[in-house]
Amino acid sequence: MKLIELSDLSVRFGAQTILSHVNLTLTPGEIVTIVGPNGSGKSSLLRVIIGALRPSAGSVRRQEGVRIGYVPQKLHIDPTLPMTVRRFLSLPSRVSDKVVGDALEQAGAGHLESHQMADLSGGQFQRVLLARALLSDPQVLILDEATQGLDQPGSAAFYRQIEEVRDRLGCAVVMVSHELHVVMASSDRVICLNGHICCEGAPEHVASAPEYRALFGSGTQGALALYRHEHNHSHDHGCDHDHAHETAQ
Amino acid sequence: MSFLDDFLIRAALAGIGVAIAAAPLGCFVVWRRMAYFGDAAAHAAVLGVALALMFSTSIFAGVLAVSLLMALAVSSLTAHGQAMDTMLGVMAHSALAIGLVAVSFVQGVRVDLMAYLFGDILAVSKGDLAVIWGGAAAVILLILWRWSALLTATLNPDLASAAGINPRREQLVLTVALALVVAVAIKVVGALLIGALLIIPPAGARHFANTPERMAALAAVIGGLSVALGLWAAFQFDTPTGPTIVSVAAALFVVSGVGGALVKRLG
Repeated sequence: MKLIELSDLSVRFGAQTILSHVNLTLTPGEIVTIVGPNGSGKSSLLRVIIGALRPSAGSVRRQEGVRIGYVPQKLHIDPTLPMTVRRFLSLPSRVSDKVVGDALEQAGAGHLESHQMADLSGGQFQRVLLARALLSDPQVLILDEATQGLDQPGSAAFYRQIEEVRDRLGCAVVMVSHELHVVMASSDRVICLNGHICCEGAPEHVASAPEYRALFGSGTQGALALYRHEHNHSHDHGCDHDHAHETAQ
Repeated sequence: MSFLDDFLIRAALAGIGVAIAAAPLGCFVVWRRMAYFGDAAAHAAVLGVALALMFSTSIFAGVLAVSLLMALAVSSLTAHGQAMDTMLGVMAHSALAIGLVAVSFVQGVRVDLMAYLFGDILAVSKGDLAVIWGGAAAVILLILWRWSALLTATLNPDLASAAGINPRREQLVLTVALALVVAVAIKVVGALLIGALLIIPPAGARHFANTPERMAALAAVIGGLSVALGLWAAFQFDTPTGPTIVSVAAALFVVSGVGGALVKRLG
C-alpha cells in the first residue's frame, strides 16, 4: 500500500532548481528521515508532500483521503495574538475535549491545555505542535526539523515520543533533521538529499555510503560533522555542482 | 417622526456600526502586522472621493473601488517579493497626492475636503446609515464565515495549507473586508483616521484577552465606547468629532494598558 508517491518530481524557483528528479514512496508504519545540507531542498520536499508547494514537474500521488499531520520547523506566534493551547488545537476545526486531551497525552503535553502559547518553552511548544498534528489521527506524520532549538536530551526525548506515536498509530513518519546520529537510530529508511536523492536505504547503509560521507564526513558518531568535502562527487544520478571546500573542526 | 430623526442618534449608530465591523478586522490587522496596510487603503480612499465627485457617482462606490484596487495591488505585489512597507509607502502617498490634485479639478462643486479627511459623522443621513450598517454587516458576516480559516492562515500559512486552507484566498478575504470597512468608515472618522479605529481598540483589548475571540469582542466594546464617549465629548467641548473619537480611543488604550499591568501584577 502506498500512502504517498512522488515520481520524477522537480521544483524550480525562477532559474534556480531546488529539487530534480526525486522519487519517493511512503508506506504505512515506516519512519523515513531526510538528511542533507542547508539549501538541499529538504523543506521544499516536505512542503510538496503536504501540498503547500506545487512541483514544477513530475507528479504527487496521494492515497485518496489520506490524512496528513504536519509539525512545522518552528511556528512563530505573534505575541499580539492571544491563544491558549486548547484554542490552538481547535483550529481550524472544532475538536472535542476528549480528542484534545488524548492528543496532548500522546504527545507528552497533558498538563498544558490552559497555558498561553506564548508562555511555552521550546520543548513544550514542539509537543503541542505534535499534539496538533495527531488530532486528525494521521496516516502520515511530517516533521520539519521539529527539534530545532531543543537541547540534546530534549530532542532525544522528542524522537522517542515520535517512535511511540508511530508504534501506537501505525502511521508513516517523514522527518527532516540535522541531528543525524539521533535520528538515524530510530529511522527505517534514510534519504540523503542534495537537490536530488544522493543515496537512500537503511541507516547503516546510508551512513557508510560514499555519497553520504561526501556530504557529511565520516565521523558523525559524536558531535555533528561540520566538515564539507573537497571533491566534486559523482554517482549514478550525476551531481554536477561544487561543494564548498572547508574543514571546520 | 422616528428616533432616527435625531442627528446625534444617527451619528452614534453609524459610529458604533463601524466600530463593531472594524474590531475583528482590526485584530487581524494587528496579528498579521499589517497596520500600514489599513492606512494605505484609507489614503487611497481620497482618490476614490475625487473620482466619485468627477464622475458624480456615490462616494461609497468610488472609495470602495479605489481601496479595493489598492489593497489587491499591494497583496499581489508582495506575493511577488516586493518589500511590503516600501510598496505601501509609494502607493499610499501617491494615491493621496493624486487624489488631492484630482479634487482640485472638480468644477462647480464646493468640495469640503476636510469632511473626507476627518469625517463628518454629525451629517450622517438615513441613507448613509443604511450603507454603513449594510457594509458593516457584510464585513462581520464575511469574517464570521471565514473566522477559523482566517485564524489558521494568520497563525502559519503552511499549517493552513496542511489543513486544506488556501492562505492566499484568506488574505484576499481580509483585503476585501478591509476595503469595505474603509469605504463605510470614511464618513465617520475620515480617511486619515480610519487606521486608528482599526488598530487602537484591538491594541487596548490585547491586555485582557486570552483567546482571539475575546480580543475581538473586547475590541468591539472599546471601539463602541470610544464612539459614544467621543460623540458626547465633541458635543460638550465643541471639538471636531472624528478626532475626538480617536482621542477617546487612545485614552482608553492607555487606561487598559495601565489596568492590564495592574491585573498582571496582582494576578
